[in-house]
Amino acid sequence: MATQTASPAPISPAPIAKAPLKIRRRSPLAWIGDHILLAATVVIFIFMLLPNAVILVMSFNQPIGKYDYTWNQFSTEAWAHPCANQELCSSMGLSLEIGLIATLVSTALGTMIAFAMVRHRFKARSGINALLFLPMAAPEVVMGATLTALFFNTIGPGSLGFWTITIAHVMFCLSYVVVTIKSRLAGMDPTLERAAQDLYATPTQTFMKVTLPLVAPGIAAAALLAFALSIDDYIITAFTAGQRTTFPMYIFGSVQRSYPAQINVIGSIMLIGTMVIIAVSTVLGRMRATRR
Amino acid sequence: MGSTDVMGRTEGGDLRLVGLTKRFGAFTAVDSIDLTIPQGSFFALLGASGCGKTTTLRMVSGLEDPTAGQIFLGDKDVTDAKPYRRPVNTVFQNYALFPHLDIFENVAFGLRRRGFKSVKPQVEAMLDLVELGHLAKRKPTQLSGGQQQRIALARALINEPQVLLLDEPLGALDLKLRRQMQIELKRIQTEVGLTFVHVTHDQEEAMTMADTIAVMNHGRIEQLGSPAELYENPATTFVANFLGQSNLIPGTVETATDDVVTVSAHGRKLTLDAKRCRSVSGEVILGVRPEKVQLAVSEADVPSGFNALSGTVSDTSFIGVSTQYLVKLPSGEELSVFEQNTGREIQRPGSEVFVHWDPSQGFGLDGAQDIEAGAALDEEGAA
Amino acid sequence: MSTALLDKAPASEAPPEDRKPRRNITPWVLLLPGLLWLILFFLIPILTSVSASVQTGNFDDGFKLTWHWANYADAIKPYWRQYLHSGIFSVATTVLCLALGYPVAYFIAFKGGKWKSLLMALVIVPSFTSFLIRTIAWKTILADNGFVVRVLNDLHILGVTRRLGITVGTHVLASPGAVVCGMVYNFLPFMILPLYTSLEKIDPRLLEAGNDLYCGTFQTWRRITLPLSMPGVIGGTLLTFIPAIGDYINAQLLGNANTGVVGQSIENLFLRKTDGYPVGSAMSVIMMVGTLVLVMLYIRKAGTEDLI
Repeated sequence: MATQTASPAPISPAPIAKAPLKIRRRSPLAWIGDHILLAATVVIFIFMLLPNAVILVMSFNQPIGKYDYTWNQFSTEAWAHPCANQELCSSMGLSLEIGLIATLVSTALGTMIAFAMVRHRFKARSGINALLFLPMAAPEVVMGATLTALFFNTIGPGSLGFWTITIAHVMFCLSYVVVTIKSRLAGMDPTLERAAQDLYATPTQTFMKVTLPLVAPGIAAAALLAFALSIDDYIITAFTAGQRTTFPMYIFGSVQRSYPAQINVIGSIMLIGTMVIIAVSTVLGRMRATRR
Repeated sequence: MGSTDVMGRTEGGDLRLVGLTKRFGAFTAVDSIDLTIPQGSFFALLGASGCGKTTTLRMVSGLEDPTAGQIFLGDKDVTDAKPYRRPVNTVFQNYALFPHLDIFENVAFGLRRRGFKSVKPQVEAMLDLVELGHLAKRKPTQLSGGQQQRIALARALINEPQVLLLDEPLGALDLKLRRQMQIELKRIQTEVGLTFVHVTHDQEEAMTMADTIAVMNHGRIEQLGSPAELYENPATTFVANFLGQSNLIPGTVETATDDVVTVSAHGRKLTLDAKRCRSVSGEVILGVRPEKVQLAVSEADVPSGFNALSGTVSDTSFIGVSTQYLVKLPSGEELSVFEQNTGREIQRPGSEVFVHWDPSQGFGLDGAQDIEAGAALDEEGAA
Repeated sequence: MSTALLDKAPASEAPPEDRKPRRNITPWVLLLPGLLWLILFFLIPILTSVSASVQTGNFDDGFKLTWHWANYADAIKPYWRQYLHSGIFSVATTVLCLALGYPVAYFIAFKGGKWKSLLMALVIVPSFTSFLIRTIAWKTILADNGFVVRVLNDLHILGVTRRLGITVGTHVLASPGAVVCGMVYNFLPFMILPLYTSLEKIDPRLLEAGNDLYCGTFQTWRRITLPLSMPGVIGGTLLTFIPAIGDYINAQLLGNANTGVVGQSIENLFLRKTDGYPVGSAMSVIMMVGTLVLVMLYIRKAGTEDLI
């Protein structure tokens, strides 16, 4: 209620009774609420990563009997002799062979499609989009069964084998390749190609000197994806394989016969190999970006 | 390898557009433009977005095919030539520097495609011209916007094109940097002597840099001339409103002699130079720039011979350099007045004033035109 | 300083002739090889199987088109349990994947910070080892005398699940529960990826605006985040549900004789019976039509450009 004066005289503060400084304490319930998302995420991640850990551990196991399902004792036997089982390794070899060919063909065809879709305008766009989407969404059983039926009908039951598997693999890898490259291509600045033309690069030179270097990482990623899909496919392969046995088919059958620790060894190698490739490419990418 | 046939220097390489047209379906982006740009001049295509200026530029560069018309470089008809066979280079709006090549290779790109084996001396000279020689080994993403812009310029200039096209190259820079670059570009053009064609929506930029400006609107050229001509004597209401601001007063021609046109408007007689009036009978729009107009408190203070209208001040804005008034006429129309702050008294809103100007500063436009043309666009395009 | 640069075209001159536009065949040259491959080995087989589904015969004598529509009855009546199981498993899997995947995707998108890429890599990278080996690893995890089963037993959860029919007897393996567990494990990344993509696009300032306008944590999620993440939810649901319907690996490896699904029957008919291929084709036609209906509904909602 004091009246204000025009030029306030300095006022010394009245001594304030010292109250203890209260630290705000949150109730335990609130702490849980804050962290429940984190907890749930950790638990779910454990759920997702547990089998990989198990595979790694079990590869160092010496199983009792024919199945490497339960822990017995530590042994590096399986790592020392990964191909002790002849059929295992020959099926792996077949899978690699098919994977290589399927990757090359599907990457080549898929790259062409991706370029056509991103760089050109034409009327049948939505129909082609749908056609490319369906193999990713269709149940593998349907694709495998109907393709086999086609081979039965046209060539005969004896036709199933290496080439039918490869044909099927190219078929289902194609869509994934297109999606991967398409997104990389769409992210590329279209002005760059026009700038190259403005600077006297013919269409071929523009493609070789500007477009290709910029899309190459996408093409590599697509090829890797196709390879992974091909190596790991069971259902469609089982239908179209005839007498041949690929690696996944071998594993599937092994549940009936015997499940050696070598399978876990190969599983671990695949995981470690993938992590190494990703780590290397990330490091390379960072190096390229910051190089003087 | 390469296309060196068109690269030979030709004499008198004026850029000529003849009936150049571009249609996208039913929409006409560029409507039969006829234009000659003399060699060595700094030319600006000025207009709001969507007026067709960028499309015109792209047709000159070869990145867009004309629907009709022709493009001549000197005597050569280049209309059908691909962009990589034209002695024309572009500085793109977003610079379009190749992210996977370093600065040296970016600048050398055009030379390499044309088959030059040794490029080092030219590249180094060009980098010195834009004062960025120390960044030769960096990648484009490591450069600032202003530096990228200068590299884009270097990359184009190194090829000594007959025409250099600039597509709103300063749009992404902040104000201070933009002003700096405007001066830089002008200096480089004078030094190098090439024909520059600069596309922009910023009328201040165009007026600062160009020798000649073409104002485009809806695919057509509204007026062509030097910045001073365009500004002091606009030919259409669009140009009058788009370049700076104008007071446009509709009226009727009373008498017209060889020297003077008398117009009646708001119950008064206003005069202007007959040579600056484009319509000598019937409806006419009398225009005068706000900085040419002054305020007087009483009619006695109006110099003799000056045009005068009475009104009330409705708004006063003190800008620092000037004071900007809005004066409301009895009819409801508002006139803008920009008075330089030379120490004169500032009139408050509500004061009764007489706006007056020297008749020789006014211009006359065809009365049938839309008085609002180009007005709103100017706000969008203002820097 | 101006020169007469603006040439006036004489009024009587006719407008210059329009130039002919260039026709572009390049896109079709690029598209055709790949499209032909898909048409030949994806589209046509599906169409062929319709005809195959009404044939009769066997491997030794050959197959003839006899319009034997009874194949469809043969494809449904004895296998109704398999259809039921496929349906229940897929629905359960999709719901669980959504329930588990959404929190993870949300966490990575909003709280991931600079660890986002690493976390997403952790989600996806395990999928790059053979999924068969990974699924079989569950046989170890859920083994009868293993850690998990013992804990569940001690907590008396096993008794509850047994009563609900989720597990069988004293073990977790060889039961519907194990099958769904395996399926959820396999399909979780397919749910998380689209959800993450969609959530990551949400501008966090929208959530701040929600808080400013009186939304609490839950309300913010319900009124702002959830609707904006719907494209991801729909995409993830479809990318999980449709493959799940056809999946039979999990049922084979982790189930028992009573958890049979449609895929196993189709494989059986095709590969292990000499005269089963028409009925097998009929089953695939049925499965395919069902899938197509769902995909059409999705396309209607989301359009085709975002598909791939």
